[in-house]
Amino acid sequence: MELHDVWFVLIAVLWIGYFFLEGFDFGVGILTKLLARDRPEKRVLINTIGPVWDGNEVWLLTAGGATFAAFPEWYATLFSGFYLPLLVILVCLIVRGVAFEYRAKRPEENWQRNWENAIFWTSLVPAFLWGVAFGNIVRGVKIDKNFEYVGTLWDLLNPYALLGGLVTLTLFTFHGAVFTALKTVGDIRERARKLALWVGLVTAALALVFLLWTQIDSGDGKSLVAMIVAVAALVAALAANQAGREGWSFALSGVTILAAVAMLFLSLFPNVMPSSLNADWSLTVSNASSSPYTLKIMTWLAAIATPLVMLYQGWTYWVFRKRIGTQHIAETAH
Amino acid sequence: MNLALAPETLARWQFGITTVYHFLFVPLTISLAALTAGLQTAWVRTENEKYLRATKFWGKLFLINIAMGVVTGIVQEFQFGMNWSDYSRFVGDIFGAPLAFEALIAFFFESTFIGLWIFGWDRLPKKIHLACIWMVSIGTILSAYFILAANSWMQHPVGYRINKAKGRAELTDFWQVLTQNTALAQAFHTLSASFLTGGAFMVGVAAFHLFRKKHIRVMKTSLRLGLVTVVIAGMLIVISGDTLGKVMFKQQPMKMAAAEALWDGQNSAPFSIFAYGDVSKGHNSVELSVPGLLSFLADDNFNSHVPGINDTNKAEQQKYGPGDYRPIIPVTFWAFRWMIGFGMASFAIGLAGLWLTRKKFMLPQHLRVGEDEVPHLVLFRNKPLSAKLGRLYWLVAIWTLAFPLIANSWGWIFTEMGRQPWVVYGVLQTRHAVSPGVSQTEVLISVITFTALYAVLAVVEVKLLAKYVKAGPPELTDADLNPPTKIGGDSRDADKPMAFSY
Repeated sequence: MELHDVWFVLIAVLWIGYFFLEGFDFGVGILTKLLARDRPEKRVLINTIGPVWDGNEVWLLTAGGATFAAFPEWYATLFSGFYLPLLVILVCLIVRGVAFEYRAKRPEENWQRNWENAIFWTSLVPAFLWGVAFGNIVRGVKIDKNFEYVGTLWDLLNPYALLGGLVTLTLFTFHGAVFTALKTVGDIRERARKLALWVGLVTAALALVFLLWTQIDSGDGKSLVAMIVAVAALVAALAANQAGREGWSFALSGVTILAAVAMLFLSLFPNVMPSSLNADWSLTVSNASSSPYTLKIMTWLAAIATPLVMLYQGWTYWVFRKRIGTQHIAETAH
Repeated sequence: MNLALAPETLARWQFGITTVYHFLFVPLTISLAALTAGLQTAWVRTENEKYLRATKFWGKLFLINIAMGVVTGIVQEFQFGMNWSDYSRFVGDIFGAPLAFEALIAFFFESTFIGLWIFGWDRLPKKIHLACIWMVSIGTILSAYFILAANSWMQHPVGYRINKAKGRAELTDFWQVLTQNTALAQAFHTLSASFLTGGAFMVGVAAFHLFRKKHIRVMKTSLRLGLVTVVIAGMLIVISGDTLGKVMFKQQPMKMAAAEALWDGQNSAPFSIFAYGDVSKGHNSVELSVPGLLSFLADDNFNSHVPGINDTNKAEQQKYGPGDYRPIIPVTFWAFRWMIGFGMASFAIGLAGLWLTRKKFMLPQHLRVGEDEVPHLVLFRNKPLSAKLGRLYWLVAIWTLAFPLIANSWGWIFTEMGRQPWVVYGVLQTRHAVSPGVSQTEVLISVITFTALYAVLAVVEVKLLAKYVKAGPPELTDADLNPPTKIGGDSRDADKPMAFSY
C-alpha cells in the first residue's frame, strides 16, 4: 500500500468522521421544526448539540485541509468545479454557526425565531447538498484533460446525485432523531423515537435504491460487503430503536453512515474524481496526490494528532453525558 | 472583458474582503482568549469576586467575537480551491500541509475546548474548567502560527523545488517552511498586534464605563490589564516590526521601496512621512521625509544603500522576463503609513493612560483612590488633569479600541498588495493563480453574496457587542460561586437548570 493509498483511506476516515458527527447535529437542527412543539423543546434540542457542534464541524475543515495537502489536484478540481453548491454550503455553515451562538443572546421573540429558522434551513440544505456532491464525485463529472470541470451547474443536478442528496438528508435526520432519543428525557424522547421509526423507514428505502445503483454502476466485491453492512446496520438501528435500546440504535445508525461512506469511497478507488468524458482524464490517487515527502509528513501528523483528537473529543461527550429535558433550560439563561 | 469585472479582479476583491473581514475578529479572539484566561486564573487563585465577574464579562464579548472569527475562517480555507485552483494545484504540495496542521492541531483544540468552556461552568471542577480556556488560547496561537508560516512562504518561498514534469512546486524541507525567519518575524509581529488589539479593546470598553462611573471595581482592573497589555504589546510591535522590516528589505526589496515611494535607489535613504507622486513618470512631486531613517530601518545603518522602485523593477525584469513588477504604489505607500500611524497612536494612548492612572508611584496621598472610585488622571505630581482634559482623555481612550483594528487591516493590505504582481514571490504571479474554469458570473455571485452576508453579520455582531458592553459585568449567582467538584457535574439536584444554555 503506497502512501497515497493510505491518504485515500485517511480522507475517507475524515469524511466518515464528519458525516457521523455533523450528521447528527444537522439532524437535530432539522428536528427543531419536525419534532419540537414549543420554544423550550427547541432549546432542549439545540442544547443537546450545543457543546459539540463546533468541534464536529472541524472534521470538515480538516477533510478540506488534508485534501489540499495530500491531493492538491482533487482539492482544486472539486472546489472550483462544484463552485456554486459549495458556495451555498459555506453560506449555510456561516449562518448556522452564528445562529447557535447568537440565538439566546437577546430575549426578543423575533430575534430568537429568526435564528431558529436559520438553524433549520442551514442544517437541512447542507445535509442535502453533501449527498449531491458525493453522488457526483462517485458518478463522475465532465473533467477535461487539464483536470478542469467543464460541466454546468445543471449537470450536477442529475437524478443519481439528487437521490444521493435525499439519502444523506434522511439518514442524517434519522441519525439526529436517535441521538435526540439518547440525549433527552421526557416527552420529547418518546416522540423522537417514534419519529426515528418513520424517518428510518424512508431512509432505508432511499438508501437501498441509491446504494444498489452505486453498486451496479461502479461497485466491486468490497463495496458490496460495505453496502450489505450499511443496510443491515440501518435495519438493526431501527430494531434497536423499537426495542428502546437508544445507545445501540445511535451506534448502529453511526455504523450505517460509516459503511455507506466507505462504500462510496470503495467504489471510487483508485479514482478520486472520475471524468465522465474520458477515463484517461480521471483524477486518481496517483495523479492527484502530493509528493511522497509531503505525504510522509502528513502521515506523521495524522498518526499522532488524530487519536488525540478522538480522545479529547470523546471526553467532551462524556462530560456532557447527562440527558437534557425542558426542566434543565433556565428561563433567563442567555 | 471589462477589466474591473474580470474574474481575476473579482477573485482578488473577494480574497481581500474575506481576509480583512476575517482579521477583524482573529486578533481579538487571540488576545481576549488569553486575557480572559488570565482573569479566570486570577479568580481561581485569589477567589476575589471581581475577577470572576470580569471573566464572565470579557468571556461573553470574546464568545460573540470568536463566533464570527470561526465562521469567516471557513471561507478562508475553501476559497483557495474555489477561486484559486491553479494556485492550489501549483503549491498545494507545500501550502496545504500547514493548513492541514492548523486544522488537525489548532482548530480541533479551539473548537472542542471552547465548547467545554462555554457549557462547562456547572459540569467541570474549577481548575479543569480554567484549563479549558487556556487550551483555547493555546489553540488560537498555534492556529495563527501555522497560517502565518503558510503566508510567509508566499512572501518568501523556501524549502521547495520546482518539479517541471509535474508543473508544480514541491516541498523539500517542511521544518524550514515552519521556522524560516520570515515566519518567525511575521508571527511575532502579528501576535503582538493581536494583543495590542485586545488590550485597546479592553481599555476602550473599561474607559466607557469608568467615564460614566459605572461598574468601577471590575472596570478598573480591566483598564489596568488593558493598559499594561497595550504598552507591552506596543513595545513588542516596534521591535518585531523593525525585525520584519529588515527581513522584508532583504527578501522583497520592491515592497520596501514601494512602502516608501522611493523611486530611485540611494545611499542614506530617507523615511518618507508624506509623498505625492506620479506613478507613470516614476517620481514624487511633493515629499516630506526624515533623512537617513529608511536606511537605518532597513539595515541598521544610516548610510546604507536602499534600492528604489525603478531599479528593482529593472532588476526583476532581467531576472523574470519582461513585465511590470511594481505593486500599486499609492496603496502600498499609504497602507504602510496607516498601519504604523494607527498602531502607534493606540500605543501612545496606552502609555499615557498607564502614567495618568498610576496608583502610587509619584502620587501624593490625597490623589490616591479606594477600590470603588474612578482613578484621578494625574499628569504631574500633585497636578491632576483639568476636567476638560480629563474628559478628553477618557473619550480618546474609548475611541482607541478601533485604532488597532484599522492598523491591522492596513497591515495586511500592505503586505499582500505590496507583494503583487506575485502571489508567491518570484515563483507564481497572481494572474496565473486564478481558477480557469470558474466563470465571471460565478465569482460575481460569490463576491456579492459574501460581501452582503458579511455586512449583515457585521451589523448584528456590533449591535450585540454594544448591548453586552453596555450591560456591564453580570452579578454572580450561587451556581457561579459553587462550581462542581466532579467531572460531569455534581448530582445534587438532577432537575437543576443548566448554568449555561443556548
